[in-house]
Amino acid sequence: MKKKFLPFLTMTLAIVMMSCGGNKTNGVREAQELSGAGATFPLPFYNAVFENFSQVNGDVVAYGGIGSGGGVRNLRDKIVDFAGSDAFLTDKEMADMDPVVHIPTCMGAVVVAYNLDGVKDLMLTGEVIADIFAGEIKMWNDRRIAALNPDVILPNEAIIPVFRSDGSGTTFVFTDYLTKVSSMWKDKFGAGKSVNFPTGQAAKGNPGVAGVISNTRYSIGYVGSEYAFAQNIPYARIKNTKGEFVLPSSTTISAAASGVIPTDTRCSITNADAAGAYPISTFTWLIIYKEQNYSDRSKEQAEATIDLLKYILSAQVQNMTSEVNYAPLPAKARELSMKNLKTVTYNGVAILQ
Amino acid sequence: MSDKLYKIILFVAALVMPVVCGGVFYALVTDAYEAFDYFGFLNFLTSSEWSYTEGNEQYGALSFITGTLMTTLLALIFCIPLSLPVALFVGEYFKGTKIASVLSTITDLLAGIPSIIYGLWGFYTLRPIMISLNISPQGSGVLTASLVLAIMIVPYAASLSAEFIKMVPTDLKESAYSLGATHAEVIRKVVFPVAGSGIFSSYILAIGRALGETMTVTMLIGNTNNIPNSITSTGNSMASIIANQFGEADGLRLSSLIAIGLILFLITALINMIGKVMIKRARIV
Repeated sequence: MKKKFLPFLTMTLAIVMMSCGGNKTNGVREAQELSGAGATFPLPFYNAVFENFSQVNGDVVAYGGIGSGGGVRNLRDKIVDFAGSDAFLTDKEMADMDPVVHIPTCMGAVVVAYNLDGVKDLMLTGEVIADIFAGEIKMWNDRRIAALNPDVILPNEAIIPVFRSDGSGTTFVFTDYLTKVSSMWKDKFGAGKSVNFPTGQAAKGNPGVAGVISNTRYSIGYVGSEYAFAQNIPYARIKNTKGEFVLPSSTTISAAASGVIPTDTRCSITNADAAGAYPISTFTWLIIYKEQNYSDRSKEQAEATIDLLKYILSAQVQNMTSEVNYAPLPAKARELSMKNLKTVTYNGVAILQ
Repeated sequence: MSDKLYKIILFVAALVMPVVCGGVFYALVTDAYEAFDYFGFLNFLTSSEWSYTEGNEQYGALSFITGTLMTTLLALIFCIPLSLPVALFVGEYFKGTKIASVLSTITDLLAGIPSIIYGLWGFYTLRPIMISLNISPQGSGVLTASLVLAIMIVPYAASLSAEFIKMVPTDLKESAYSLGATHAEVIRKVVFPVAGSGIFSSYILAIGRALGETMTVTMLIGNTNNIPNSITSTGNSMASIIANQFGEADGLRLSSLIAIGLILFLITALINMIGKVMIKRARIV
C-alpha cells in the first residue's frame, strides 16, 4: 500500500511545488494568484493584459465580468483584490467603505450608431441626440437634423431609437452626456445605469443593440465603442464643446482626458472641454484599498496587486489599448495614477518606494 | 432488509423534488417580501409603472403580466391551426401508418430545438418580413414573439392531443359509421366530444410552456416596459424583464423582479393544475 502510494505522493508534491514554490517572479517574491471582479466593458482589454502579465511576471490574475455594481460589492465585502468599475465611486459610496484608490486603466467611448441606406457620414449635436431619444424629434428629415447635414439626403421616415434593456455602464455614460448637454433631458430622464426611455425599443447587451440597429432600417442607438469598432457599424460624428464634429477614435477619445483631471481621477469626462475630444468618452477604473492588509492578505499579494497596476499603466500596455479597440490614457492621467499608487500601504508602510 | 432499504432510498429520492420546489417557493417569497411590503401586494399587481428614478423608484408588474398573457394567448390561437391537423392526421386519419409516425417524429423533433435557435430565426427571418409587410416599423413586438412561440409549442400540443384522439374507443366510432356517418362527422360528433377534455388539457400544458419561455421572447418582444397598446407594439413579458434586468439589479428592483418571478411561478402552477384536473376527467370518459 505504502509503496503504491509513494510515486503518487512524490508526483503530487512535485506538482504542488512547481505551481507555488518553484515559480519566482522577476523580482524576489513568489508568484501570486490575484482575483478581481467587475465591469464587463473593459473585459477584452483585461483578458489580454492579464494574460500578458502572467507571462511576464508569473502572477496569475482571475477576473470575473459580473458588472461594475457587483465588482464594487465584492470589494466592499473584501473578497477580491481589486474591483473593476466603469463609474467612479460616489462620495456616499466612499464613506461606506475603507479608503480606496481609483486607478484608470484605459479609455473607451459610447458611439451613436445608425442604419440609413447610403448615408456614410452623419453629424449630430448632443441636443439633437437628446431630443431623438426623448421622442421629440420623430422623423429623419426633421429640419434640425437636416440643418446639421446639408449634404445628406434624409428619408421621410420615422426614427426608431434603440436602447439597452439591461442595466449598464454604457447607458450611464450616454445619459450622463445627455444630462450635461440638454436641460430637458436632465429634468425629465436624468443619468443612470437604467433610464426610463420613453420611445423606441430595447435589446440586451451591446451585441443586442448593435444587432437590432444593423437589422432595422431607420434605427439609431448607442453602443460601446470597443464593440462598435470591432463590428464596423456606421456611427455619427458628434459636436464637442469646441464646435468640432468629431468621430470616435483612439486619438479623439484620449483627447477627452487631456483637460483638467482631479488628483484622485474621479471625474466624468463626457462633454469634456478639450480640442479634438470625442464628447461621449469615459475612463474605466480598477479600485483597490489604500491599506492592503485586509482579509489575511499577505504582503506578497499586496505587492503583486501593485505590480499589476504598474504594469497596466506602463507605456507598453497603454500602446496596446488601441489594438483591442480601446484608447490609451493620456500621459497626465498616468502620472497622477503612479502618484496615487505610491500612497498604497501594507501595515501603514508604502509598498511602492 | 433489502426491501426496506430499497423503500428508504425510494422515499428519499421522491422527497427531493418537493423539497426543491418548496425551497424555490420559500426563497421567492422571502426575497419578494421587500417589494410587496413597500408597494403593497395589490398595488404591485395593478401598477404598470416601472421607473428607475433614484429616490422615487416605482415598480409594478401589470405591464409584464399583460405582456405574458398577450403573447401566450396569441401563441395559443396561432398554435391551434398548426397543431390540431397534425394531431388528427397522426391520431385518426393515418393512425398507425408509416407516414404518421414520420410526421409525429418530425413534430417531436421541433421540441428538441433550443429556444435560442427559434429566437435567432425570428430575429433574422421573421422580423424583416414583419417590417417589409409594414406590420410594424421596428419588426419586433408582441405579434412577432407570439408567432415564434406558437411554432415552439406545436409539438407539445400536437403529440399529446394525438394520444387522446387515438384513445377514442373504436366501438364508438364504428357504431357511428354503421349509422351512415361520414369521416368528418365522426370526428366532429364522436372524436372531439370524447377526446375533448384531453385535447384541452394538452393545450393547457402547451400554454405552461409558452408562459415561461424567456430567450425567444426577450429577443423578439422589443423589451419596453409598458402595457402593449396593440398586438404589434413592443412590450416585455414577466420572463423577459427578469432576463433583461436581473444582472445589474439590486435593492428594491431586485426584490420586485423576484416578486414577478413569484407571480409567474403561481400562474404557471395554476395553469398546470388545471391541465392535470382536465386530464383526470378525460380518463374517466
